[in-house]
Amino acid sequence: MSALTKQASGAGLASLSVMAWRNLWRNYRRTGIMIMAISIGVWAMIFMSALMRGMVEDILQRGVQQLPGHVQLHHPDYPDDPSVVNSLPENVVQAGIAEAGEAVSRWYARIKVPAIIASERESRGLVLLGVDPLAEHADIFANAQLLEGEFLNDPEDQGIVIGERLSDRLETRLGKRVVVMSQNPQNDIVERGLRVSGIYQAEFRGQEERYAYMSKNTLQSLLEIDGQVSEVAIFGQDYRDLSELLSGLQSTFDSNTGMKPEAWNEVNPYLGGAVRLMDGFVLFFIVIIFLALSFGLANTLVMAVFERVREIGLMLALGMRPGMVLGQIMIESVYLLGLGLALGNLLAWLSVVSIADGVDISAVAEGLEMAGMGTVLYPLMLSKDVISANVIVIVMGAIVSFMPAWHAAHYDPIRALTKPT
Amino acid sequence: MSVTLTLAWRNLWRHKRRSWLTIGAMVFSNVLLVFMITLQFGSYEMMINNTLRAFSGHIQIAQVSYQEQQKMRLTVPQVAELARQLQARFPGIEVAPRALTFVLAASEDRSFGLQLAGVDAAREPSMSTIPGLMVEGRYLSAAGANEIVLGSVLARNLKVTVGDEITLLGTGVDGSLAAAVVSVSGIFDSGLADIDRSLAQILLRDFQSLFAMQDRGHAILVNAPDIAQTNFYQAEIKGWLSSRGVSDLEVLNWEQLNPGLRQAIQSDMASAWFMYMVLIVLVAFSALNTQLMSVLERTREFGIMSAVGVRTSTLGRLVLLESTVLAALGLLLGCALGALVALYFRVNGLSLPGMAEMAAQYNLPPKMYPSLQPMAILLGPLVVFMGCVSSALYPALKLTALTPVSAMRAV
Repeated sequence: MSALTKQASGAGLASLSVMAWRNLWRNYRRTGIMIMAISIGVWAMIFMSALMRGMVEDILQRGVQQLPGHVQLHHPDYPDDPSVVNSLPENVVQAGIAEAGEAVSRWYARIKVPAIIASERESRGLVLLGVDPLAEHADIFANAQLLEGEFLNDPEDQGIVIGERLSDRLETRLGKRVVVMSQNPQNDIVERGLRVSGIYQAEFRGQEERYAYMSKNTLQSLLEIDGQVSEVAIFGQDYRDLSELLSGLQSTFDSNTGMKPEAWNEVNPYLGGAVRLMDGFVLFFIVIIFLALSFGLANTLVMAVFERVREIGLMLALGMRPGMVLGQIMIESVYLLGLGLALGNLLAWLSVVSIADGVDISAVAEGLEMAGMGTVLYPLMLSKDVISANVIVIVMGAIVSFMPAWHAAHYDPIRALTKPT
Repeated sequence: MSVTLTLAWRNLWRHKRRSWLTIGAMVFSNVLLVFMITLQFGSYEMMINNTLRAFSGHIQIAQVSYQEQQKMRLTVPQVAELARQLQARFPGIEVAPRALTFVLAASEDRSFGLQLAGVDAAREPSMSTIPGLMVEGRYLSAAGANEIVLGSVLARNLKVTVGDEITLLGTGVDGSLAAAVVSVSGIFDSGLADIDRSLAQILLRDFQSLFAMQDRGHAILVNAPDIAQTNFYQAEIKGWLSSRGVSDLEVLNWEQLNPGLRQAIQSDMASAWFMYMVLIVLVAFSALNTQLMSVLERTREFGIMSAVGVRTSTLGRLVLLESTVLAALGLLLGCALGALVALYFRVNGLSLPGMAEMAAQYNLPPKMYPSLQPMAILLGPLVVFMGCVSSALYPALKLTALTPVSAMRAV
């Protein structure tokens, strides 16, 4: 291309842009309505994605805290048969984790066995957790609080800490004795009376009936499994990026011990499923909203072209090349999309900022508990969602507007000029 | 009116492409709404049915505050007899007595805690799905004694099969130690992890003698002929109980028994409607734009019509009618196509990546099946219809302020 035509096409582009901009405002009502429609669509895409991401993030954080751990270590048979028989020797675990090195930010080992707890009036089934009180305190009380008494003081503590609901059901209270029953590795029933030393309240009330805490050493001696644990919770830096931690642990444990490190999304498939489903759903939502929008967009452009048939015919007759007609209409639609996007992004950002302190959704708390959610929803605007919304609208919008633009560029000038209104 | 209708119909087809694009927008969102709402209703139905058929029934009669506290000693006296009388009074419903407690079950190799239900073997099959879900052995028989059926995961954990013996250890209603040896007559697999892991059933008679309950039980479960009749029968049963002078029993429906279920549905409904409303608003905007354009480009035409004596209110009606016809076409096509899509997935089921794990949390199978209720099909498209018709109000109202002379001169 010679310098001269290049210059001409540069000037052409500038004047095309001006014409496209003026054309846009010839029918300000129609343009206004279309911009409103696009911006509502874009707002919905981004705002709704932010709410859904916030929801999943909440489920994940709680889930990982509840699990607990980014990676868990079990006896290979434990997930299917959570019995005291399928335990891990603590010293092997300790050595292995030391080998994994820097990737591990903290870890603790616990005993987790099904048991029966009985007061003089009632009995209930639950999961008995034998924990190191000092190591686990922060995680246990991230979404719970101590109501009465005190938490276990040290690994030798002889008390038991139960949930408020369980204490109601058992009709027991702080300081009274309860009996716990479980089995030892020889399958003899073991039981012991323990003093209720604390009562906790959990955010998810269901947990109060499901878990009771004992000190690790006390539970080990009750179950006759000194030096053994059922579950190891390992935390890395970030639960979203576990590849380094996981591969380090797998190489130390898999080959020689038969212990199986599993990431949180394998330990709890619900959490893994939530993430995968949500990724797909956000994209689905954006595309659906865009498709609903595209009909209006196509219609507006078809009309804009249709009412200008004679004018386009005149321009073609005067020597405007079809490519420039095409370009002008495409620029018009990009302006339209761009204005809608700018306004939509602004609206979405304002909405997200205005509820950044969280939305109270406690009216349906018990339903949310089923989903593993708390009662306050915090929106989470991810740049990848904002980018996909914008890219999809601009790219697919341009594709949609190509059809009427192409059509207009290939009018026969004479027919177009003589077309009756 | 018929002239107006003819005019409206002809006006619509003056711009075929524009009309079809607008109808296309309506059909698209209608099909989508039908698909999603039927799927939602379908999964709610399944969620409710699975939960109710496996656990709670439509209605339960129990001692006041039993449902809240689930204490062993909050019992219903003469539970079997009361169930019989209830059945005689309301022949249309299903009735079954139950008793519930937690016990430690010990097999040769393992010991686990489980939830033990005492059931009436003759009545249970019409009440819950469990008798029909036996994968090994058989369900309890009314003539048998000291038999137990348990969930598949529980059986695997206890390492028992049909014919093996299990020792049950628990506390009687009087605080005494309750212990018995029972033999496994069958193993059920419901597909619901919670149930398969923790539930076992024995005969109510065995339960009563084991836990020193005499003739008492904890609840009477009632299934209405249809879940929609729950509230009717709840009121009837309340009336029947109070007419017999029983005041210490309460009658609760499934929503009261499972508050989490109702709330999960509510919160899901609310978030889904956000998306639906966005769709509907976008379609309404599209319809508004079309109608506004079609009114503006006909300003001169309307001026002439008005000048020859057509009242502006008639012009307004004409425009509204055009939109109504357009929206009605969208409604019909959308519902028809949407129903076809729903029918397809009703037969074949729908599954998405990650959905199976999510579904299990809500007692749902891994595939979803849409509901074909007329309500579920019509709900979304009707809202779209109303949105599109009301979006024509603005151009129609603009017309009533039309002055013939200036309109005829408009460019």
